[in-house]
Amino acid sequence: MLAKRIIPCLDIKDGTTVKGTNFVGLREAGDPIELGKLYSEQGADELVYLDITASHEGRKTFTQLVTRIAREINIPFTVGGGINELKDVDRLLNAGADKISINSAAIRNPELIDDIAKHFGSQVCVVAIDAKQTDEGWRCFLNGGRLQTEFDLFKWAREANDRGAGEILFTSMDHDGVKQGYADDALRKLSDELSIPVIASGGAGKKEHFRDTFINGHSDAALAASVFHFGEIPIPELKQYLRKEGIEVRL
Amino acid sequence: MQISIIKYNAGNICSVDNAFKRLGIEPIITDDPEIIKSSDKVIFPGQGEAGCTMQYLRERQLDTLIKELKQPVLGICIGMQLMCRHSDEANTDCLGIFDVDVKRFVPNQHNQKVPQMGWNTIEDTKSELFANFNKQEFVYFVHSYYVPLCENTIATTNYIQPYSAALHTRNFYATQFHPEKSGIIGEQILKNFLEI
Repeated sequence: MLAKRIIPCLDIKDGTTVKGTNFVGLREAGDPIELGKLYSEQGADELVYLDITASHEGRKTFTQLVTRIAREINIPFTVGGGINELKDVDRLLNAGADKISINSAAIRNPELIDDIAKHFGSQVCVVAIDAKQTDEGWRCFLNGGRLQTEFDLFKWAREANDRGAGEILFTSMDHDGVKQGYADDALRKLSDELSIPVIASGGAGKKEHFRDTFINGHSDAALAASVFHFGEIPIPELKQYLRKEGIEVRL
Repeated sequence: MQISIIKYNAGNICSVDNAFKRLGIEPIITDDPEIIKSSDKVIFPGQGEAGCTMQYLRERQLDTLIKELKQPVLGICIGMQLMCRHSDEANTDCLGIFDVDVKRFVPNQHNQKVPQMGWNTIEDTKSELFANFNKQEFVYFVHSYYVPLCENTIATTNYIQPYSAALHTRNFYATQFHPEKSGIIGEQILKNFLEI
């Protein structure tokens, strides 16, 4: 049976791993390659490396890091951050990434999804969506959550699906960093409406939250950062717990 | 030991290269027929679409070259599908090494998403490729098309229905999953292939 996936996310700035709370305020959390290897040995199913550096210099450093990650890590990994055009995708896949994730660039230019799917296959294209509940419903945000758009979460996810995205990575900005659980109602609606896998992101604080997003949120995978980086939830313990709860996981 | 990785228009080839390097082997990524023919082992990897990859192989006569190889050959993912007779993907005639056709997954309930992406178990393993295996192991799959169970099946898995996770005939071996991305288990499979 296909297992539900546990995915640690490593935010990278200037070559080190960082994690913010509600998208602001950063604490250092270790060497990205060592951390990735450790997670892989502990049973992480995939890794996500997110480049949060904005500068051109930073981009080059990140590409070099991706090359080193690909040499060292023996499980799939996704990279994201600052991908604006096809040649960015080409550069990162050539460096050895298995998948790339696009966020703001896809909202600004939705055809980028079609282009990536056509050139490299849907399986490499993760569309990341940051959204927040507003008076008008769930709205998508750009630029790391700083700029609100008129895009409705569910309509946009459907469009991304139809254009050839391979997966949707949905981060609820209301839940991110708060550690009160994932946005399972919205996740369930997404997962039930889409024909591609949905990755839950934002809100993990305890083991039960992972169980809830798999059972109530119908999520195919769950992503988290700080609970793993600071050792609050060890991955082997999490997976044992999930299996005991009747959820198929890789042990 | 000289290992060649066949270079063609499929993605993901450097992952296989990295995986062998982690085992201390320096493979050659090449489309040179002489180098491929003289290698001890040949890897036919990749991720891609059947129609355009098959066309690329034909244009360079790599199709006949692969079929006539005598040393152990390991096909991975699209490599395995191209080694079959025909693929539903772009209605493509393939190499015909394995006498079976590649079909598209048809979900029969909504939670069966296509592509299958992630870790699934393989069972009923019967090949030296899976030496030192426990009964059930998880490996990493990414695919929208599958190979039904057939007489060449040497490992089975189940997504929507049971199908072939790996195939073997004569000197040709193939896996639908990605051993190069399947952690320690994947490394063991690649090591086992090197021992064949």
